[in-house]
Amino acid sequence: MSSLITKVRLKQIEQTIEKNKRLDDRSSTDYREIKIEQGVIEKAEGSARVLLGKTQVLVGIKVETGEPFPDTPNDGVMTVNAELVPLASPNFEPGPPDENSIELARVVDRGIRESHAIDTEKLCIEPGKKVFVVFVDVYVLNHDGNLIDASAMAAMAALMNTKMPNYEIKDGELKIKQGYTPLPMKSHPVTVTIGKINGHLIVDPWIEEESVMDSRITFTTNEDGNICAIQKGGSSYFTPQQILEASKIALDKAAELRKKLDW
Amino acid sequence: MNEKQDKLIDKKGIRLDGRKADELRPIKLQVGVLSNADGSAYVEHGKNKILAGAFGPREMHPKHLAQPDRMVLRCRYHMAPFSVPERKSPAPSRREVELSKVIRESLEPALFLELYPRTGVDVFIEVLQADGGTRCASIIAAALAIADAGVPMKDLVVACAAGKVEDTIVVDLFDAEDKLGEADVPVAYMPNLNAITLLQMDGILSPDEFEKAVNMAVDGCKKIYEVQKEALKTKYMVVKEVEE
Repeated sequence: MSSLITKVRLKQIEQTIEKNKRLDDRSSTDYREIKIEQGVIEKAEGSARVLLGKTQVLVGIKVETGEPFPDTPNDGVMTVNAELVPLASPNFEPGPPDENSIELARVVDRGIRESHAIDTEKLCIEPGKKVFVVFVDVYVLNHDGNLIDASAMAAMAALMNTKMPNYEIKDGELKIKQGYTPLPMKSHPVTVTIGKINGHLIVDPWIEEESVMDSRITFTTNEDGNICAIQKGGSSYFTPQQILEASKIALDKAAELRKKLDW
Repeated sequence: MNEKQDKLIDKKGIRLDGRKADELRPIKLQVGVLSNADGSAYVEHGKNKILAGAFGPREMHPKHLAQPDRMVLRCRYHMAPFSVPERKSPAPSRREVELSKVIRESLEPALFLELYPRTGVDVFIEVLQADGGTRCASIIAAALAIADAGVPMKDLVVACAAGKVEDTIVVDLFDAEDKLGEADVPVAYMPNLNAITLLQMDGILSPDEFEKAVNMAVDGCKKIYEVQKEALKTKYMVVKEVEE
């Protein structure tokens, strides 16, 4: 992210956006091409790879057994972790997760958790003692902008692809039986991120737009058209009017995506 | 948790801690409470007790983090192990890392970063006691600490949350409402610029409820803004009188 190049580029990007166009010929509310492949990792209980333009995110789901949290003894557990793998961008470095990957994981987590996407009550094996733990691991393979939407989409696609082992309880012991059942889902949240460049709102910013944009705002919405999670990011601000405008764009886009993906 | 049985809002519209839907918790702000920090502030917001200290603008350490064209703002939001009912490990949790980031991003729009190239400002926020809405109270204290350090600002940053509890949109949620309520929308705001610098949400809200919550939080911000200005004046008025 050399600032010299981005300042020249900023002008170019700004000028195109003033004309309601974008450098990659999209309109301000267009997504890049979306491709979803499910079940790409056989050894994971669920997996999906999402291509959002050139952004590529792989999500693998592992299901294990563990203890529930003491305040929710009847609910299974879900955790989201995100890795910004060094091969995905020259700016990613190996090492413990930095604030960007933690934020990414927590925004994806919030979208799934707050929309009650997973029916966690059905993941309870023995109240207070044993539940299924769903590990959602987000692997960013190529960073070309808008990792949040790509990761959220990949996480949902992977969860929908997840199969849980059948089990029975014999003498208080958990016995894994043959066969699998799909992970119980209650809702299918869709996440839409909107960037702000010079007061203009653009959907699905790609990496060059991201490197010059002031701020972004992410809305996760459910099928009832309600908002379940929001995250503002970046070092600038939105006016209250811009926030409301962005929320309307996000709800429209989410409905459109939902139709397209058949979620 | 037996709070489930208690109604968070009673029939008369009074909340568990005796407030009305649009009523803020009592807030007490104090500026210049630490002698070693360049600027500092202490906030008591309901049962939240938070201390913020600001250092700088000063040379960046480590040096390679300095930016040739602007100042770097760093924030560390940290909770004391004794600030919550169950001891919190002092190591930074993922939540604290995320909050440090969003708090920094809520303060950056208030600063003239490009006027202080190669320098850094550090803001350390210690939550001594937490009772819901600590990120908002932290922003209130951090903005005051930066102002107290003498760093020029476009406006003070003030923050307040709104949310949904028992189907009612309420302002400034405290711990139980935050945990058991339906939604929480923290907002940071610069009143003079009409700019929202932090917005998060969890829970479920319809678009109309969301709009109402944002407006309510912004109104709360405007009220706290007055207290914030008063706190700054209190410190600097006293100094003036002594000089005379």
